[in-house]
Amino acid sequence: MSYASSQLPTPVERPGIFAATLESVADLGEVVIDSVRGLGELTLFFLSTLSWMATRWPRRETLFASLYQIGVRSLPVVALTGTFIGMVLAVQSYSQFRAFGLETQLGAVINRSMFRELGPVLAATMLAGRVGSSIAAELGTMRVTEQIDALVSMGTNPIRYLVVPRFIACLFMIPSLTLMAVFMGVVGGGFYCTFVLDIDQYYYFSNARYIGANGDLFYGITKSFFFGAAIAILSCYRGFHCAPGAEGVGRASTAAFVQSFVVILVFDLLLSITLDNVYYWLWPHEAR
Amino acid sequence: MNDRSVNGEMHIATRGLSVRFGRQQVLRDVTLEVPHGQTLAIIGESGCGKTVLLKTLIGLIQPTMGEVSFAGQLLRGLSEKQITQVRTKFGFVFQNAALFDSLSIADNVAFPLLEHNRAKDEEAYRIVRDRLAEVGLPPAVMVKRPAELSGGMRKRVGLARALIMEPEVLLYDEPTTGLDPIMTDVINELMIRTRNTHPVTSIVVTHDMSSALKVSDRIIMLYPLSRLDEGEPQVIFDGTPKEIAQCKDPRVAQFLRGEAGDRLESA
Repeated sequence: MSYASSQLPTPVERPGIFAATLESVADLGEVVIDSVRGLGELTLFFLSTLSWMATRWPRRETLFASLYQIGVRSLPVVALTGTFIGMVLAVQSYSQFRAFGLETQLGAVINRSMFRELGPVLAATMLAGRVGSSIAAELGTMRVTEQIDALVSMGTNPIRYLVVPRFIACLFMIPSLTLMAVFMGVVGGGFYCTFVLDIDQYYYFSNARYIGANGDLFYGITKSFFFGAAIAILSCYRGFHCAPGAEGVGRASTAAFVQSFVVILVFDLLLSITLDNVYYWLWPHEAR
Repeated sequence: MNDRSVNGEMHIATRGLSVRFGRQQVLRDVTLEVPHGQTLAIIGESGCGKTVLLKTLIGLIQPTMGEVSFAGQLLRGLSEKQITQVRTKFGFVFQNAALFDSLSIADNVAFPLLEHNRAKDEEAYRIVRDRLAEVGLPPAVMVKRPAELSGGMRKRVGLARALIMEPEVLLYDEPTTGLDPIMTDVINELMIRTRNTHPVTSIVVTHDMSSALKVSDRIIMLYPLSRLDEGEPQVIFDGTPKEIAQCKDPRVAQFLRGEAGDRLESA
């Protein structure tokens, strides 16, 4: 590969160190302004969704379609993931518990992990992957093909017609999906421990019914509501602000999943800290 | 001529309209008045801002500066409810019809009626059948999905949907683009028939000169801002179809004759 030496680019005058610093400060400022504006727009989008949800409930057919698409169609994949994670937990913890002769306690450990952490986070992750990106792609295509403009031109608010049903569906289906993931995790873990690892069924299941299981389940389901709301709002917002063309739709759908996933993890940490603090505030004698 | 314009009020008007996207200015100081019952064609090359102007008229795009008014009422400052009220008086025919692909043709056309509770299911579908017949489509298409129809049929469904609320104003965004010559004339005839059977004001954005000459009673031509100097008006022609044929402006003549001229060289 040889380039014609006669076509060397003419040297560009380089800015001085002062100008270069100023430029990078300006760039940084632009990034900050953009992100603050984005966050503000997202918040307004969320508030607008809430206010439409309060003023006019979507029509039954629209809502049922969303509930079916988002909830029912996600059940198999969530159930499958739950089962496998339950079994993997059994495999991973067995050797350590076995060393202390505590293998009959495995049930409590698996169930507690599923209730508090893995159930809600897994269900939310699967929902973000399956539903979040498809919502973003669908709404993004509607934006690109002027269908959202058509809605507005017919005097229909697109947030009310498109976002509210999906938001409600995510909000109310994610607890059921979480329950499904948790249930299948418990079943999968129990199956692996008692049938494959040959742990005594009586002791396994009596230990698995640990004190505070109800509280832990409630804890997990509370978290899932926040995850569901975040997935719906982020995915719809990405779809609404889709850049033109096939590339724009692709990017919106990827961004919807990645951002939902990051937000799920951040929310998970913050909610865990907050809920623990609330718990110890309500029952101080539990704190050590 | 038209007794509904007796009060002298313009049906749709813009004053000093400017639209800017980021750093790119698309419209600059466009002032336009459309009386009741007129059919106005907005022509101009791609990228001159015709569609942006059309979308600004119903608030799909917010102007950076200037005002839009409908029947003497300024759109700026209207509440969500009021602007919805105004929008139901418009019918918008989109370039690619913009039908909802998740709904059947019947539900697409009935959509505005059901959304605004103007009719119940049975009644709505009866009106849909009439409107589809009006644009020359058989009732058999009602159960189909938009993806199953040809481009020309989709455009006709789009027109039926725009007509279903009996609008006062019809906005057409490039209604004949991408159609074969016969279907182009079908759409032209439908626009003329619609104007004759419904008392509407129509604004047609197009770059198809034969269509503009055939359907309109007034033509304005927009010119891309990038080719204009500071201070030159963006509307370079405003007159009847007869007048445009005699227009001396070389830019108008170039568009009418469809000549590349200096456009092959990059600016």
